[in-house]
Amino acid sequence: MSKTAAAHAKNLPQPARTADATRAPATPPAGEKPRLIRFIIPLAAFVAIAAVLGVGIKNSGTVGEIKSPLVGKPAPNWSLPVLDQPGRTFGSKELAGKWYVLNFWGSWCFACKDEHQELLKISSSSSVPIIGVDWRDDDGSARNFLDTLGDPYATVATDHDGRVVVDWGVYGAPESFLVNPEGVVVYKKIGPITPEEWNKNFASRLPPGLSDRKS
Amino acid sequence: MRPELGHFALILAMLLAGLQAFFGIVGPALKRDRWVSATMSAAAGQLVMVATAVGCLVMSFVDFDFSVRYVAENSNSALPLFYRITALWGAHEGSLLLWILLLAGWTAVVAIATQRLPRRFVARVLGVLGFLSFGFLLFTLITSNPFLRLEPPAPDGIDLNPLLQDPGLATHPPVLYTGYVGLAVAFAFACAAMLEGKTDSSWARWTRPWATAAWAFLTCGITLGSWWSYYTLGWGGFWAWDPVENASFMPWLVGTALIHSLAVTDKRGLFKSWTLLLSLLGFSLSLVGTFLVRSGVTVSVHSFAADPTRGTAILIFLVIAIGAALALYAWRAPTLKSNAGFELTARESFLLFNNILLVIAAATVFGGTMAPLIAEALGQGALSVGPPYFRPTFLLPILPLLALVSIGIHAGWKRGHLGDHARAILATLALAVALALAVVLGVFAGRHILAVVGLALGGWIILSSLVDPIDRLRRHLSLPRSILGMSIAHIGLGVAVIAISILEPFTVERDIALGNGQSAQVGAYDFKLIGTSNVEGPNYSAIRAEVTVSRNGRTVTTLFPESRQFWVRKQTESKAGMKNVHGTDLKLALGDDLGAGRWSMRAQIRPMITLLWLGPLLMALGGFCALSDRRYRTARATEPIPAGVAAPPGAAKEHAA
Repeated sequence: MSKTAAAHAKNLPQPARTADATRAPATPPAGEKPRLIRFIIPLAAFVAIAAVLGVGIKNSGTVGEIKSPLVGKPAPNWSLPVLDQPGRTFGSKELAGKWYVLNFWGSWCFACKDEHQELLKISSSSSVPIIGVDWRDDDGSARNFLDTLGDPYATVATDHDGRVVVDWGVYGAPESFLVNPEGVVVYKKIGPITPEEWNKNFASRLPPGLSDRKS
Repeated sequence: MRPELGHFALILAMLLAGLQAFFGIVGPALKRDRWVSATMSAAAGQLVMVATAVGCLVMSFVDFDFSVRYVAENSNSALPLFYRITALWGAHEGSLLLWILLLAGWTAVVAIATQRLPRRFVARVLGVLGFLSFGFLLFTLITSNPFLRLEPPAPDGIDLNPLLQDPGLATHPPVLYTGYVGLAVAFAFACAAMLEGKTDSSWARWTRPWATAAWAFLTCGITLGSWWSYYTLGWGGFWAWDPVENASFMPWLVGTALIHSLAVTDKRGLFKSWTLLLSLLGFSLSLVGTFLVRSGVTVSVHSFAADPTRGTAILIFLVIAIGAALALYAWRAPTLKSNAGFELTARESFLLFNNILLVIAAATVFGGTMAPLIAEALGQGALSVGPPYFRPTFLLPILPLLALVSIGIHAGWKRGHLGDHARAILATLALAVALALAVVLGVFAGRHILAVVGLALGGWIILSSLVDPIDRLRRHLSLPRSILGMSIAHIGLGVAVIAISILEPFTVERDIALGNGQSAQVGAYDFKLIGTSNVEGPNYSAIRAEVTVSRNGRTVTTLFPESRQFWVRKQTESKAGMKNVHGTDLKLALGDDLGAGRWSMRAQIRPMITLLWLGPLLMALGGFCALSDRRYRTARATEPIPAGVAAPPGAAKEHAA
């Protein structure tokens, strides 16, 4: 908005040396009209800004949807320790060239428990790997969570200090990303994946071989 | 019952805020003194009701009342008490409630501290604040009621967003909000002056301590946020020009301009209409920032809650509040007269340039933040604006501003008399340049021109700020707190400039591989692996490396990065060794065993980062020091009728708690 800046700058009083009789600050008689207009400029600029914000709202999508800067862009590189295998790390390198669903969860997350049932169904009905990132969690309770509720994940990686979570701009758990073989984020879902959500936004984007289990 | 009680209190608070606005704005206009008195009572009642509502919500958190949706969504039975309380502002609804509480608190402090001011004027100030409060309460009740129940109650809560379970983030929003909301007081004073049609500049003196307090809180809040993102999030940076960060930075830049221009209006009666506009602009930018963060129209890593219905509601409120204020400005400002003249080298000129440059800087930040929205509105598709835009466009107005600080500090009002200070100006400049060259070439052995410029400017500001206080002490003159505060704040600015000038070019991050007894040079430091050993922790065994860090052959510290193998979790975790040596962060993380006793490591050196936190803290300290000046306090006793406003520093600080 450098235009506004210029407009505001015009409102500034001028130093007296440059501003004698003709442009002396606040000595009205000469040029009454332009002065008045000058004071309307901030209001006009604000109206223009408000209009842009209004259009921004119209374009901003539906309730609850947060646009991700990542969709359509290459996924951040990541590499994290694997929950079940000491010392082994897993990440974007291992997943290069594959479709995958990256699901951020934690045993502390209440909504993840709801989603878990759906993830189990998905993992049995389709062959796209679901990679779990267990976030800011204790490994013991994470393992306990998977032991009692079942494990839909191809691999579970752990992000203890939340570094990868921040790289991916995760807003809250659960959150899922669909990544294509070129490593580009194709879709992002905030909140639990529902069956409708899966069919409409995930399965439809996957090649037929992956969206349902072949055998 | 408790949530319903809170909800009810919130409704009463809104009605009282409405009354406060009505009595405060209409009463003085109709010269009804009873209405004027009623404003004060309405404000007190509003604070009580808002506090009751907040108390109900806090108690619901404390008592694990998961039948309240907001509590169920933002806490958990395992969440410690501290975070159950800070969870109050862990999401949209509660943080809005915190905002309202702080606004009611500021209103109460204004009401108490302005007892010596003309009563009609105070009523108008309270009326404007009541109007803002009414808008926020209405918005909360319609779109973001935190007291909604869940039917049936949740068995347990979803938990507070783990990113927010951190002392840094838990404390950063209240401080930042105190600053944002404090700007509302300056906004209200400006509106009151315009409603009253005041043509003198007494309102500027009354506004000064409030604007300074708000600015100091804003400074603290932004620094806390930056510190948090550096240490906790480990993003590696302290500033990313993210829309959410910009939303707090723009009001700060305008607030900085405001406290300077208020000084001119107060002391010399100049820049009246411009100061009014800045008062309106500061809070308006806080509101626009809130809108950007809350509505989901901008894409940010840490967007709060995206909800276009809320966005629409905030926008409507924004248009009414800011639009009305700017319309009032367009109507009243032309009647303001500034008769006094001044010379080009007078302090007034320097403060004028300060204002122009700061507003240009704020405008470039605003432009960059809005550009993606404008592009989208024009159908140009997605546009992403990042540091490559912000850095140069921000430096352009800021570098000359920093140079002007060091000269302007010596200029007298009305006539500059800069000639009398030529020696001090040139001597400090020469000394600063010499020191900057010595540090960059000597200590960092780099040839970074921007680092030399930045260091010289920062050093010059510090040295120039010391001239006047030292001179006063030598001549046994008194050193009023306002001048002392100004000097401290300017020194803080210099310190921050120096920190950024060093950090930007001289941060080093490198992967090294070391065998026993081998060393590698990273930046100016030598990292030497003394050896590795096996150590046992309470629930893990670890390989610990001992690495001595030396500089120019002298050992400065020893780092002990560990690679921990947890017994139960069967998992390896790297625990970096980190030390702050003379303000420089040295960090070493142990990587993989490369075999044959060799290890890969990642070394990071962030020189002088402590100064980056120290600088802004000094600035805020300077602000608090200045507003405790006797000038604002004794004015009450000596000038019986329109006296200066005193903001007891204690009262203002209570908000931070």
